[in-house]
Amino acid sequence: MTIVFALLIAAPALAQKAPLADTQLSDPAQEAQAKALMETIRCVECQGQAIADSNADIAGNMRSLIRERIKAGESPEQVRAWLIQRYGDYISYDPPLGGATWPLWAAPFVLLVIGIAIARSSFRRKR
Amino acid sequence: MIAEGGLAALWLAAVMAVLQLVVASSAVIGGRAEMARAVRPVAIAQGLLTALAMLCLILVFVQSDMSVLLVAENSHSLKPMMYKIAGAWGNHEGSMLLWVTILGLAGGAVAIFERRLDSRTLNATIGAQALIAMGFYAFLLFASNPFARLFPSPPDGNGLNPLLQDPGLAFHPPTLYVGYVGISVAFSFAVGALVTRDVGPAFARAMRPWVLGAWIFLTIGITAGSYWAYYELGWGGWWFWDPVENASLMPWLAATALLHSVSVLATRDGLRAWTIMLAVVAFSMSMIGTFLVRSGILTSVHAFAVDPKRGAFLLALLAIYIGGALALFAARIGTVRQGNTFALVSREGALVVNNLLLSVILGIVLIGTLYPLAAAGWGVQLSVGKPFFDKTVGPVALALVVFIAIGPLLRWRRDEIQALLKRMTWPVAASCAALIVLVPFAWGVGFLPLAALVLAAGLAVASVAPLWGRNLRRTPLFTWGMVVAHLGVAVSLTGMASDSAFTKETLAVLRQGETRAVGPYLVTMTGIRPVVGPNWSAIAADLSIRRGEGGAPFILSPESRFFASPTTTTSESAIATRLDGQLYTVLGQPDGKGGWQVRLWWKPFVTLIWLGGGLIGLGGALSFLGRIRRRKRAVYDEYEEAVA
Repeated sequence: MTIVFALLIAAPALAQKAPLADTQLSDPAQEAQAKALMETIRCVECQGQAIADSNADIAGNMRSLIRERIKAGESPEQVRAWLIQRYGDYISYDPPLGGATWPLWAAPFVLLVIGIAIARSSFRRKR
Repeated sequence: MIAEGGLAALWLAAVMAVLQLVVASSAVIGGRAEMARAVRPVAIAQGLLTALAMLCLILVFVQSDMSVLLVAENSHSLKPMMYKIAGAWGNHEGSMLLWVTILGLAGGAVAIFERRLDSRTLNATIGAQALIAMGFYAFLLFASNPFARLFPSPPDGNGLNPLLQDPGLAFHPPTLYVGYVGISVAFSFAVGALVTRDVGPAFARAMRPWVLGAWIFLTIGITAGSYWAYYELGWGGWWFWDPVENASLMPWLAATALLHSVSVLATRDGLRAWTIMLAVVAFSMSMIGTFLVRSGILTSVHAFAVDPKRGAFLLALLAIYIGGALALFAARIGTVRQGNTFALVSREGALVVNNLLLSVILGIVLIGTLYPLAAAGWGVQLSVGKPFFDKTVGPVALALVVFIAIGPLLRWRRDEIQALLKRMTWPVAASCAALIVLVPFAWGVGFLPLAALVLAAGLAVASVAPLWGRNLRRTPLFTWGMVVAHLGVAVSLTGMASDSAFTKETLAVLRQGETRAVGPYLVTMTGIRPVVGPNWSAIAADLSIRRGEGGAPFILSPESRFFASPTTTTSESAIATRLDGQLYTVLGQPDGKGGWQVRLWWKPFVTLIWLGGGLIGLGGALSFLGRIRRRKRAVYDEYEEAVA
């Protein structure tokens, strides 16, 4: 619900103008940073798309916002933190490591350990 | 009348499925020979009846019979014929009917063609097929009747989502469904073998063509789906780690692992329990794939709440199937010995590592896909996407690539490290050469793409190495299949890495006569014109394109299409394919001052992604042919022996 409310509040402000929605930054390094960040930010109106891949107006507005902030000298992680603060964790496809996500990030290692244990048992009885 | 006929056929097919289960189980458990004779005809009849029901559904779509609710909701009389037909399965009910149709036909095919497996195991297999089908019939008949009528009938239908009005749609879902169903047949074989406690090479050889066939279709389905998303969505992306995509990737990963372990079982009589376990996992994944996509729970938690009855029905079926499969596995696996053992450094050893890594990737994708759902359950909203999968799947996949290269160069049973290292000389040299070539201009592209390109070079050489020094004309077809499929992995990986490392993007507002550069190309806007299609109208931009100043010009015309029913705008990208990559152009919005927004990408070697996918599928097909031919010959030899 918080997301919906955040959107309702944010949408009119965002909708006014999005000059940098599809305009690249002149500095290629900054543009690359902005682009990489956009690929990891969720389009909240779409079904499972990043704002980098979406035709939705809100995605364009957010692309514009990201480019503006990167252009102003913010680091991609600062912009992401700002977006998360504003929209919640839902906005980032890169879930931050925390109380609710540690099992997720631990899963690959746990799976690898379990897998090795199972595989070892199929070798142990050899010869 | 046709709709009622279809419904009647569906009911009869369901009755046949129940009969099939009764007949098969009394044959297997009760040992009744007269029942055993009825198993095959009943399975064939069930297949024919479902096919008849599907045919009826296609017919009402072709006739645009708007008194059928499904047609009114999803079709339109002005739609081109191909999309009317494809529309029959471009919706929830129709696609479930297609699923069960393919399942029924596959069951019939098992009944007709499988002649080598022990008859008790075969009957148990066909019984398991009936049990799977019954759940789908129940779901169709009680919760999603595709033939429901609508009164009064509307003058015309709502139309099909324009994004789906594409040749890709016509073939994508059926292809994936054939794959899912093939896996369910493989699973039925596993159930049959567990029931009769007959897990061995004979069972593995009976199961293998189904696994291989399913895997070929899944490979083609995923490859085609990826290309469809690439050109249709208009942003140049080819894989989004979208839950629906993951739902098709998971069965493929499981089937890939199963394909390799069933080979060990067929050839060396090892990995018995593991193969059965993978069959159960692969089946569970294809069920999760079908059910969670169809219930809508993955794309939107709300879609689930819209029709709680349907969602609850699907989840109950899912729980029964997977729970039942695991329970049978747990109850019987104690009696299945793992079979022949082997040394760590051996072909089997590499295949075990391959299986391990594939399973880890599968587990990561599964957890990553379902985690947001679970988190929503305890009140946390979060998203898991590309960055997570890149960081976790990426390194494991690269490790897997190393073992794909090593595996075929090892001998069965036992090999020596020294000998392996010697055989790896050329692949390692290729990787080193790639590293030296790439480092100067690919240093800034990041670790994953660079490592992928370097490993792909090594894999490309290693994958053809098994042909080295062999008489190519006497090399068995399935060896060719392995070589081609592994080479396909290297090719596809090169495309993926190259796309993420070297893509050039230009976003611009162009007026008539203005030129912008993207990669090696110069793109000039020469005009904007209207276009009229059968059920849409469009604005097309004519872009005149040259490669460098002196290049011969050619025209690309990306379009922005407007559909009236339902009202939607789509971007039709225009793509120029060259040997060294694709130029991808998209038309966006007008700026109101005579300029038009265009998005231009130069994507070096991006086509290799799908070319590689095609090679992987082709490798599977060669393997399939090789196995079928060898099997035929084996049957013939038996016949000869019997006659002699």
